[in-house]
Amino acid sequence: MGKLTAIVGVGQTHHKSKNSECNGQELIGIAVRRALKSADISIKEIDAVVVANMDHFESINYVDMWSVLGFGGYKKPVMKVTTGGTSGSAVGHAGFYHVASGLFDIVLAIGWEQNSESDTTAAIVTHCEPFIERDFYGGAIGGLASQYSAYMDKYGATEEDAALVSVRDRCNAAINNPYAHLRQTISVKDVMNSRYIAYPLRLLHMCPRSDGACAVIFAEEKKAKKINKKPAWVLGVGSSHGATYLGDSIPFLGLKSLEKAARDAYKMAGITKPLKEIDVGELYLPSASAGVSWMESMGFCGEGGGPKFIRSGITDIDGDFPINPSGGVISTNCIGATGLIRIGEAALQVMGRAEKRQIEGAQVAMATGFGGCFWSDVTIISSKKKLR
Amino acid sequence: MERVAIVGIAQTKYQRISPSSHDEMAFEVTREALDDAGLEITDIDNTVTCTNDFWDGRTISCMTITDATGSSNVPTTNVEGDGTYGVLMGLMRILSGHFNRTLIVAQSKGSVGISNLITNAIFDPLFERMLGLDAVNSAALQARRYMTKFGITPEQCAKASVKNHKNAQKNPYAQLPLDISVEDVLNSKMLADPIRLLDTSPISDGACAIILARESDSKKCRNKPIWIKGVGHSTDTYHLGDRDLADVSVLATAAKTAYDMAGIKNPKEVINIAEIYDAFSYMELMWTEGLGFCERGEGGDLIDSGETQIGGSLPVNPSGGVLSAHAVLAAGMARIAEVVLQLRGTAEDRQVRGAKVGLAHGIEGACGQGHCVFVLGS
Repeated sequence: MGKLTAIVGVGQTHHKSKNSECNGQELIGIAVRRALKSADISIKEIDAVVVANMDHFESINYVDMWSVLGFGGYKKPVMKVTTGGTSGSAVGHAGFYHVASGLFDIVLAIGWEQNSESDTTAAIVTHCEPFIERDFYGGAIGGLASQYSAYMDKYGATEEDAALVSVRDRCNAAINNPYAHLRQTISVKDVMNSRYIAYPLRLLHMCPRSDGACAVIFAEEKKAKKINKKPAWVLGVGSSHGATYLGDSIPFLGLKSLEKAARDAYKMAGITKPLKEIDVGELYLPSASAGVSWMESMGFCGEGGGPKFIRSGITDIDGDFPINPSGGVISTNCIGATGLIRIGEAALQVMGRAEKRQIEGAQVAMATGFGGCFWSDVTIISSKKKLR
Repeated sequence: MERVAIVGIAQTKYQRISPSSHDEMAFEVTREALDDAGLEITDIDNTVTCTNDFWDGRTISCMTITDATGSSNVPTTNVEGDGTYGVLMGLMRILSGHFNRTLIVAQSKGSVGISNLITNAIFDPLFERMLGLDAVNSAALQARRYMTKFGITPEQCAKASVKNHKNAQKNPYAQLPLDISVEDVLNSKMLADPIRLLDTSPISDGACAIILARESDSKKCRNKPIWIKGVGHSTDTYHLGDRDLADVSVLATAAKTAYDMAGIKNPKEVINIAEIYDAFSYMELMWTEGLGFCERGEGGDLIDSGETQIGGSLPVNPSGGVLSAHAVLAAGMARIAEVVLQLRGTAEDRQVRGAKVGLAHGIEGACGQGHCVFVLGS
């Protein structure tokens, strides 16, 4: 059986729309130095590195080789994972498997993106199947928009429900998270007055694209305890990268891949009542609408229960089940880093190191990743080595 | 390390232009690897794909082969790198205790891209790309440095090409089975001094698949399990100008990790067959040094000695190597697949007699910036 694995250090850049002070390697360098500092170890103690981004945003091929300058990778084992939007969560899982395998004791996982160097949508469009789907389902927004309009039709959800999620996440970022990219407090009215991008999604329902990097350090049990008095144990991982064709995979009601990944991760962690047993969620919600319609996919509410769940205020930072105290993806989206930031933020919560955005007493946190062809990753992190 | 076995392998025939699409090639090797192992897709509990967005000309290129590799119903990830790295990720997933059988698939269609533009994008965008660097002319810099530093001759490099293309005649998957002489190599068109056409690997379409299983799950499989005895990977620094391109200490580091894990002290004595990433003829000579098959600077003497031929004491690339088929990403994984055939004793005409311990090697980036080394045993 594999090794028990914990997160012992987290670092991230101050994310922004355009970071013209650094190139990508330097962005990585900032996040890595901060992660090493938070774990109080040196790069010499890192046994292996795994890095992720999406190549076409910066147009650099073999980023695993190029990025070694950002973290001192000379004579270190380095590899790259890339799975689209889930790259950040996939690199976190890869870091976990590096350590859990017993092959490496301390492993650095890095996600990064410098979106200001790219035409993000033009690059994303090419993920669609070229002959049939690319012309009409290009980009990241169309699928999410049609998904929510189906959900609205079936369950009576509204644009305002999604706006509540925007307001929650953006205000959390503005008030509590110095690393977040978009830091203005907004109201439901602001959201509803912003322009449509694709009905029913408006500008303030959507995530931005950001420049930034995140680094998370994983360690096996003995070293983890030595490095960090209160490490964040990785208790469950689940992953479902379902389909090739959007037509096969856009789940117009709920998100099947998330349901599956969450089920696997809960099972591994021993969670049966997620809403009760999880204290805080750092969820990859690419649009505010996902913050309504995907709640049931993780078992937080029953089918069609998203609107009522969000309206209740339970997911606010002072609610019983806070979601995205960091401000989430709607506030910061450096794509290859986004999923890893969720894992890093979840780890900071259970370590009790989330500063102003700390949820008091958080012991179990959930992080998700979303991307690809409506794919999902789920990670369960806890201050406890075992939940039951 | 807990014992993990390779229980299934498959390769497409490598071609300059395959009529199959990316996903059709991936499906072909997935199906054949399952048949080779005597398994069904429902026996596979996780997958790893190896794709590259640049070579595929598509963002999230792994999406192209998700369905074809049966990844829809099991946890999957995508390693964007040589197939050897993908197999390493698959190994980690089993060793973590969370999975029992991993399918790993790598594919690439060099025919649909422009390889010098794709490999130009490896280099620094501000300073080095403008020079027009690509896989071939950067390798020329490395070859020249290696030949200058150690007095390696063009004839010695050409011998690797002659040997491997000859070996390819016995490999039904190879793209370039050729009966050529050293003179033919030395008279072939100069691409980037000192590299000539017959010193280089071809542009290829192809795919490779490997199935790993933990020991307890390997028994119901059809073929004799081939064990992963050791693995190591390591990375050099990035800018060519910061590297001594004739230095192979990074490969030696990767190899030492693999040898230590396998308990090998004298690789030259213990290893019976090696499949290494000879993207260019000089690379085979250099890598044999890094792998400890000879001393530094003696790669030329080793090829002269004939010991790396199929009948020699340490045959290198009996399949014909990457010089005879170079489907990027799949090429490193194909090295593993070929070693598995050798250790099973089913490599047909290219069989090395009595092979019990084999080495497979993949590279990453320009001029072998990254190396991944596997030691396998029957």
